[in-house]
Amino acid sequence: MSLGYIVRRLLGAIPLLLGISVILFTIIQLAPGGPLDMYAENPSVSPEALAQIAARYGLDQPPPIQYFMWLSAMLTGDWGYSIRTGRPVLGEIVMRLGPTLQLGGLAMLISLLIAVPLGIVSAARRGSRLDSAVTVISFAGISTPVFWLALLLQLLFSVQLGWLPSAGYQSIGDGSFLDRLRYIAMPAAVLSFATIASWSRFIRSGMVDVLNQDYIRTAYAKGRSERGVVAFHALRNAMIPAVTIIAVDFVTIISGAVITETVFAWPGIGRLFMESMNGRDYPMLMGLMMMGSVGIILANIIADLAYASLDPRIRYG
Amino acid sequence: MAETTLPAAIAATKPRSYWSRVVARFLKHRLAVIGLCFLTVMGLIVIIGPIVSPYDYDYQDFELIGMPSEFSQSHWLGTDELGRDALTRLIHGGRVSLAVGLAGAVIATLLGTLIGALSGFYRGWVDAVLMRFTDVVMSIPTLPLVLLLSGLFRPSPPLLVAIVGILIWMGTARLVRSQFLALREREFVEAARALGAGGARLMFRHILPNAIGPITVAATLAVGSAIMLESALSFLGFGIQPPVPTWGNLLNSASAWLAVAPWLAIPPGLCILCTVLAVNFVGDGLRDAMEPRE
Repeated sequence: MSLGYIVRRLLGAIPLLLGISVILFTIIQLAPGGPLDMYAENPSVSPEALAQIAARYGLDQPPPIQYFMWLSAMLTGDWGYSIRTGRPVLGEIVMRLGPTLQLGGLAMLISLLIAVPLGIVSAARRGSRLDSAVTVISFAGISTPVFWLALLLQLLFSVQLGWLPSAGYQSIGDGSFLDRLRYIAMPAAVLSFATIASWSRFIRSGMVDVLNQDYIRTAYAKGRSERGVVAFHALRNAMIPAVTIIAVDFVTIISGAVITETVFAWPGIGRLFMESMNGRDYPMLMGLMMMGSVGIILANIIADLAYASLDPRIRYG
Repeated sequence: MAETTLPAAIAATKPRSYWSRVVARFLKHRLAVIGLCFLTVMGLIVIIGPIVSPYDYDYQDFELIGMPSEFSQSHWLGTDELGRDALTRLIHGGRVSLAVGLAGAVIATLLGTLIGALSGFYRGWVDAVLMRFTDVVMSIPTLPLVLLLSGLFRPSPPLLVAIVGILIWMGTARLVRSQFLALREREFVEAARALGAGGARLMFRHILPNAIGPITVAATLAVGSAIMLESALSFLGFGIQPPVPTWGNLLNSASAWLAVAPWLAIPPGLCILCTVLAVNFVGDGLRDAMEPRE
């Protein structure tokens, strides 16, 4: 894999991002109500003053001109100001990114720790009772509505047992590790649930493919134990296709974060998105959508690069 | 070796159509059959239920307004805080959720098939333009985009279905494209072309029937995604609006009463889970039946 390939992939992302920005800009333009609506209903703001404000922000220009004004501002890091809080959009997003990364990171870690052993065992004991159980559970996992699971956990652990706080980031006046762990436990469990299901299936099928190959038979013929073959020879190659799911499930995690953070009042970007929806905070929504799209595109590129560097048979020109 | 293949060879000479083999293979997939039975029963319940139920979905029992009430003789699943019968609303909600799921999947499948077919058949710049467009839509996070569209435009239910369908066609398009790319090179297509068949006839009369297996599987799975997407949307308060119930917005209103009336929160979620699970099992069974891999 060459540096040239990486550069080409990154350049290829530019038209993609331009396309996304045009679509998002059009949606916001077509939406009823604009940034001047709150002044328009105020009787003490004269029509002349209104026109002046519109001219100052370029809102009297035709949409294509407005788009280019917005685009060039965005490229220089000026993402506008939140209508709700008045603070810069970019700063606000970066501030709320931390809790989401904590939550998403923990959820990914949990998913890996559970999904990898589950997938391996289920492939090594193909057709066994355990294997069919894992298959059914993973089907159930991808079919469970995230928000319902969240409600059930709240019902069990907060309402019935009273072990965990039902929502929030940390107790007031307490920010200890243990306290924060109690708050993050349920949202992380909910967020990892669907990924455990899809990852274990992915790892299982990767493992099944590898276990049927000749070099595995050779390893057995050499006299290696099953444990050794599976853990040493097979696992490394079986994990290669699994890296692609990182890209696919990045989307799941973003979407899941919107729901999970809303139910558990977790102060990340998912909840920021819902707050901005309720407040019709267009600049913030635009910024968040662009941020999410950049995330998905980067995740795809990273997955392709990882795939190529792990599997020497794959060469991207 | 010869002994084992001989009876099979004789059996194969019996005229058995493609579809009868598909049905036979599908029936061997136990979970898929169970899923199909479940969906049939669920379908009958949501069609007949509202007719036989003594209540309308927005009928309020004025004695019971103020607090959700528990199971009783007259209200099998209790009532919500407005005194409405929970079972009636659950069944009616199922009607809405299933309808949205089916209609959304139909739109997604038609759109995906059309775009994929054009892309794979014409290749060249048509393919380049359509596939770049597909990439663009795929790179925008789906749930936030649906939320954005339905939050800003407050669509009517039919428009909401269209939005759901318009955002989940991409997988189908890629799938159909790859099928068309492979099939367009086959001899029977060349033969039809030599006989003077035009583009549309080649695409939809000759190539499409050969790609029906993967498309059916994708369409089935799309029903599951559409139901899931609609219920997430309604749960967050941006989908179908009350008083019309859907499984998603029933959970939304139940979540406010979780500590007092947990019995309201269990049934709608269970319905979503079982329905989507059944759809996924049926999809898996269809995949095994229609695309056999030896």
